[in-house]
Amino acid sequence: MSLLGLFSQLMAILAALLLAPLLSGWVNQWRARLQNKSAPGLLQPYRVLRKLFHKESVLAEQASMLFRLVPYVSFGCMVLACAIVPTLSTDLPLSPAADAMALVGLFALARVFVSLAAMDVGTAFGGLGARRDMLVGFLAEPALLMVLFCASMISKSTSLTTIVETLAHRELAIYPSLLVAGVAFTMVSLAENARVPVDNPETHLELTMIHEALILEYSGRHLALLEWAASLKLFAYSCIGLALFFPWGVAEADAPLALIMALPVLVIKLAIGGVLLALVETLSAKMRIFRVPEFLATAFLLAVIGLLVNILLGVG
Amino acid sequence: MTAQYVPQLINLCATVILLLSFAMISQRRIVSLINLFTLQGLALVIASVLLGYATHQNELYVSAALTLVLKVVLIPWLLHTVIRRLNVRWDVETLINIPTTMLVGIALVIFSFSLALPVSQLSKSIAGGSLGIALACVLLSFLMMITRSKAVPQVIGFLSIENGLIFAATTVTNGMPMIVEIGVALDVLVGVLILGVFLFQIREQFDSLDIRHLESLKED
Repeated sequence: MSLLGLFSQLMAILAALLLAPLLSGWVNQWRARLQNKSAPGLLQPYRVLRKLFHKESVLAEQASMLFRLVPYVSFGCMVLACAIVPTLSTDLPLSPAADAMALVGLFALARVFVSLAAMDVGTAFGGLGARRDMLVGFLAEPALLMVLFCASMISKSTSLTTIVETLAHRELAIYPSLLVAGVAFTMVSLAENARVPVDNPETHLELTMIHEALILEYSGRHLALLEWAASLKLFAYSCIGLALFFPWGVAEADAPLALIMALPVLVIKLAIGGVLLALVETLSAKMRIFRVPEFLATAFLLAVIGLLVNILLGVG
Repeated sequence: MTAQYVPQLINLCATVILLLSFAMISQRRIVSLINLFTLQGLALVIASVLLGYATHQNELYVSAALTLVLKVVLIPWLLHTVIRRLNVRWDVETLINIPTTMLVGIALVIFSFSLALPVSQLSKSIAGGSLGIALACVLLSFLMMITRSKAVPQVIGFLSIENGLIFAATTVTNGMPMIVEIGVALDVLVGVLILGVFLFQIREQFDSLDIRHLESLKED
């Protein structure tokens, strides 16, 4: 492990921790603007986090050890996920610890723990939210895996850093399979991050909420950690999307100077992605929960078509 | 644009056409169906132009222009007029539920890809690999015609089959003879006109565009 590798790894984690709430704020701001509302400040998520960290954490009487543990588990999973996705540089010492499949597993781990915690205190909303979240999750996971396999087939590796290196630093080629996979990935990430066609991140309406129902019982620093984890998840997904479909600008292992350039490039790419996300959320109507399986099945089938197209048309 | 990217761009167009075929299968609303059909025609036009550019065949430009006028402008306009007159713009109809249809669709894609893979290796065309996609589009459009109960989506399915066939002919053999192409184009146009008249007649007879009414021989 080189010193530079360690540095770029730390940079990547720091960037994720600091930029993730900013990304959420940016998306919320654009959403408000596109819907003709007065937009909250860009730094609003940080203010919310600070407020929540200063508040007392209230626990239900029946809450077990698990309930207290889960915010830390979820937060830890998301930080690790952000650490192994190549955001700034492909020289990541933590990256061999987990490849694309383990990354999907990390998301699943966080999801299972949050769902368990939601059921732990035994409120009706918790159980309802947990069931809905598992419904979305078990359909979204295979689709995400297929999308990652599409990229793996091109680069002949499931390691995310190798995928990005292959895609970014070889001669420019147009991969039709990645186009299909990109559509599928967009659908999956909308579902996984509780975005509008599947779930509304701002709603507290009992009939429709999924993600909010899960964390309804949390308060204080626990809630802050979970909110932060949610924005880290959005950040991680955005970075996976950028890494697979727009990998240009990520620094290579032996290019320390490129690391300095990588940060502004990443911020610009994320800013554009955030505006597009807000646009998608504004333009689409929230679908019924029973339409979600159809939506995610479509994503899965599209990813499978991506794989097939890759076999048929070959590389390039 | 360098020459090496042209085959890749044609493959990209092929994938877009396949994607649109799938979107058409999963689409419930007739207006969106027509829009998707228009987009598919547009992708076909782009593919023809690119192939014409790569192989220096001027006939392909003519073919592309013909497709543009017919499939992107004239026929969608005709269809929009028809559904506005018949007042079926927002008709929602499904015979088999959509996920099942899509699963059958993916099986068709696998079938046609495995069928076309050995064949396309014999083709000398730069976009010979797209044969599987063209075949898949034809089969998917068939599937759409089979699973839809209303008349307008069936017409669109028929037109989409024609898109797939033209695409197959263009990519694998670098275009059919001009006279055949013009003949097919006119056939399709006349076909749409006749089918339009049919739609009005079916509507007048049965007060609905559901073709299951056509299954009984006598009125009883």
